[in-house]
Amino acid sequence: MIRLINLHPTRGSGVLLGVLPLLLILLFYTGASAARHAENTSDKLLPTFSQMVESTGALVTRTDPTTGDIPLVADTSASLTRLGIGLAIATGSALVLGLVIGTLPLIRSTLGPLVGVIAVIPPIAVLPILFITFGLGEASKIALVVIGIMPAMIRDLSAFIAQLPQEQIIKAQTLGANSWQVMMRVALPQALPRLISIVRLQLGAAWVFLIAAEAIAADVGLGYRIFLVRRYMSMDIILPYVAWISLLAIIMDYALVRLSRIAFAWAHEGAR
Amino acid sequence: MALMSFRNVWVEYGDKIVLERVSLDIHEGSFVSIIGPSGAGKSTFLRLALGQEGPTKGEVLLGGEPLRPEPGPDRGVVFQRYSVFPHLTVLQNVLFGSECAQAPFLGKLFGSKRRQAREESAEMLASVGLGDSLNVYPAQLSGGMQQRLAIAQALIKRPRVLLLDEPFGALDPGIRMDMHALVTDVWKAHGLTILMVTHDLKEAFALGTRVMAFDKRRHDPQAPHRFGATAVYDVTLDRKEGANRPSESVPDAALPALGSR
Repeated sequence: MIRLINLHPTRGSGVLLGVLPLLLILLFYTGASAARHAENTSDKLLPTFSQMVESTGALVTRTDPTTGDIPLVADTSASLTRLGIGLAIATGSALVLGLVIGTLPLIRSTLGPLVGVIAVIPPIAVLPILFITFGLGEASKIALVVIGIMPAMIRDLSAFIAQLPQEQIIKAQTLGANSWQVMMRVALPQALPRLISIVRLQLGAAWVFLIAAEAIAADVGLGYRIFLVRRYMSMDIILPYVAWISLLAIIMDYALVRLSRIAFAWAHEGAR
Repeated sequence: MALMSFRNVWVEYGDKIVLERVSLDIHEGSFVSIIGPSGAGKSTFLRLALGQEGPTKGEVLLGGEPLRPEPGPDRGVVFQRYSVFPHLTVLQNVLFGSECAQAPFLGKLFGSKRRQAREESAEMLASVGLGDSLNVYPAQLSGGMQQRLAIAQALIKRPRVLLLDEPFGALDPGIRMDMHALVTDVWKAHGLTILMVTHDLKEAFALGTRVMAFDKRRHDPQAPHRFGATAVYDVTLDRKEGANRPSESVPDAALPALGSR
């Protein structure tokens, strides 16, 4: 009898096993929803799939009379813009700061403790400060995303760079490299694939901070919409919106994996 | 004049003395093997020569000039591992040296300079047996091939001293023999001065024109860290070609004593 720890699924059965729990959840939901609707036809808690299609369909096909936009499109574009700008600022700063903190001991001693202190501040707790300083517009929401994810990104990237084998740094110097060249040609290229995986890890947190900021003060956005319709217990809109947000997150994650594999093939040699 | 001189060098970490009273000269063209038990300061000695650290007391001179305590292009190095850049192809790894010198900001060469550097690098790679693997990444090479690459990478800068820190320690015995032949060849062909730290006595005597053993001369059982190591045996093997200098006289008795360690 082969031990359980040595039983591996084949390729096909592996996919099947992965899909199985999802199917079970869908099946369970359908059953539960049907049961509730059999009892009370106007049940709002577990809407049927046709109700979801109908309500959310209205947000895709009909324009909002006050703004003239299609709500789902406007929400998605507003949220992705905020998230994109926030991620870009956080990633860019993390790269620059991570690089100098990771390679230059003087900067590490100067900025390392500061980043450590900032990293332990709960970002949502500074949201009021952001609203007061940046107002209720786009800047405060982007700032929350940046402040929420940037310290962790800097810490991770600088620690990774500081842990590059000392032999490489010394070898580069014996080949005539100065500090700039060690940073740009040894540390930077090796940090980039790591940066991509750091962005992937922080993507979830970035969404959390974006939705939190939108829930509190916004007039458009995915987070704004689900917190708005919550007042009417519109699960038929909330559930498809949550699914849509998840789909966006999955697409972004997959795009980052592909980017890393195409741009930094050398970093994935061992994984082949 | 000696190429490299250590003048009464001490290395201390806090109250722990690693090396004490190391005074020796290294002559141009010699191949010095450094052996000794673990913790006897072999690697510390190599780091001094490399400039990775400076002496606590005393002086290290290269060509008569005091050595700055940082690595530089006049001293090449090959470590046991991590000597090559994983994100660069074999050819790019060797080009790195030329690019650092000639393209300080962009790290890219253009036109005839680029062609010349590529030719030179490809030639160097061919001479260490990597002529057919110019465009693969180090992860795709075997351990022995990676060490060949590390040697080619160091040689392109024409260093005055080549430092080898247990360069073949992680290799299979068969591959190790090939690497011995390769190192002996490049040592002769380039007229190099080599310092090599090794654990392997046979290797030390097979390759070196001079073998130094580092160990503690004195031992205090109550405070073992208070005595440092120094070169306790220093044997010049005059049977080899390539050594520019006649051997200093060394008592034959040192040899068997060393072999039994």
